[in-house]
Amino acid sequence: MKRLEKKLWLWLFVMALLSPLGIILPGKFGAEGAWGEWGADALEKLLGYIPGGLKRTADIWAAPIRNYTFGGEGALISTRIVSYIVSAFIGIVLVWVIVLIISRLLFKHEK
Amino acid sequence: MRETGVRQSVLFFLYTRGTKYMFMAQQASVVGMHIPDGYLSPQTYIPLYGASIAVWGIALKKIKNELSAKYVPYLAMAAAFSFLIQMFNIPVPGGTSGHAVGAGIIALLLGPWTAVIAVSVVLIIQAFVFGDGGITAIGANCFNMAIVMPFVAYWTFNLIKGFSQNRVRILAAAFLSGYVGLSAAAFSAAFMFGIQPVIAIGPDGMPLYAPYPLSIAIPAMAIEHLFLFSIVEGVMTLVLLKYFLKNESTLVYAMRGDSREEA
Repeated sequence: MKRLEKKLWLWLFVMALLSPLGIILPGKFGAEGAWGEWGADALEKLLGYIPGGLKRTADIWAAPIRNYTFGGEGALISTRIVSYIVSAFIGIVLVWVIVLIISRLLFKHEK
Repeated sequence: MRETGVRQSVLFFLYTRGTKYMFMAQQASVVGMHIPDGYLSPQTYIPLYGASIAVWGIALKKIKNELSAKYVPYLAMAAAFSFLIQMFNIPVPGGTSGHAVGAGIIALLLGPWTAVIAVSVVLIIQAFVFGDGGITAIGANCFNMAIVMPFVAYWTFNLIKGFSQNRVRILAAAFLSGYVGLSAAAFSAAFMFGIQPVIAIGPDGMPLYAPYPLSIAIPAMAIEHLFLFSIVEGVMTLVLLKYFLKNESTLVYAMRGDSREEA
């Protein structure tokens, strides 16, 4: 691996280790999730009803690591911090695997 | 039946108008600029799947023809970077939170077509594994963050920079490229949200999917992006471009035209 590549991967690992800042800071400022991304329950509180189509499709997929957290919504902050770092590394590995598959398909004649 | 529908719609309209964006945002539970399942109607998300798949096809062809296998590690690093930077949620005190996407800087460093693939890979992983963005909305989210954003960012950079070699102008172009790129993605997402209550209404007159009209969706997304998240994206784009220009200037795709001229 080239020197530059090594250096950049190192920075990415540092980013992964620092990623829990992304949940700690919003917690400190009392900020919640993004506009327009309410769950069905939160939307019912806002509107007084759940739009029909939304209700039917909202839970179409059960993601294995929802919200980058092991242990669901009520998880302890320490669990969430560890989950976040683990999720960051899982993300890096998955990105690598998919990019490798794509590049194998694209550059199959190159060695 | 019809009458109650109308009355409910009017009440709904008054209610949403009277509700502050901050209050609505405080109820939020998921993080990011990713449209979840259930917010877009099939007549919106199906064509956007089509559009994204078509652009992926073009992008893969371009990468195959223009790049070689030695760029693969950079494609992987770019995607990893976008995945990680999106984990750094930035809070609006007492309100919502959002994050940078990195599609702009990837477009400047590796070209907009590479950015399309790098960020799309990230968005697909986020949707399937982490429930960040819906499965039905993958086409829409990729359209906003992996297509609109890198191209708008790339065009903005070229427009501002022009043929100038002026350092300040290049850095200003980098900031604006990130700023305008993320803002465009946010507007596009807000537009998708905002047209839902017009194009997808149930037999009772109530919205079936995202319930907020353009008059609410656009300002809510615009305010937080124009005043915070897009600034962060712009600063990040500037800092990283500055780093690469200083240390690895031959790598920077957006500056290649210049080196060719010099040669």
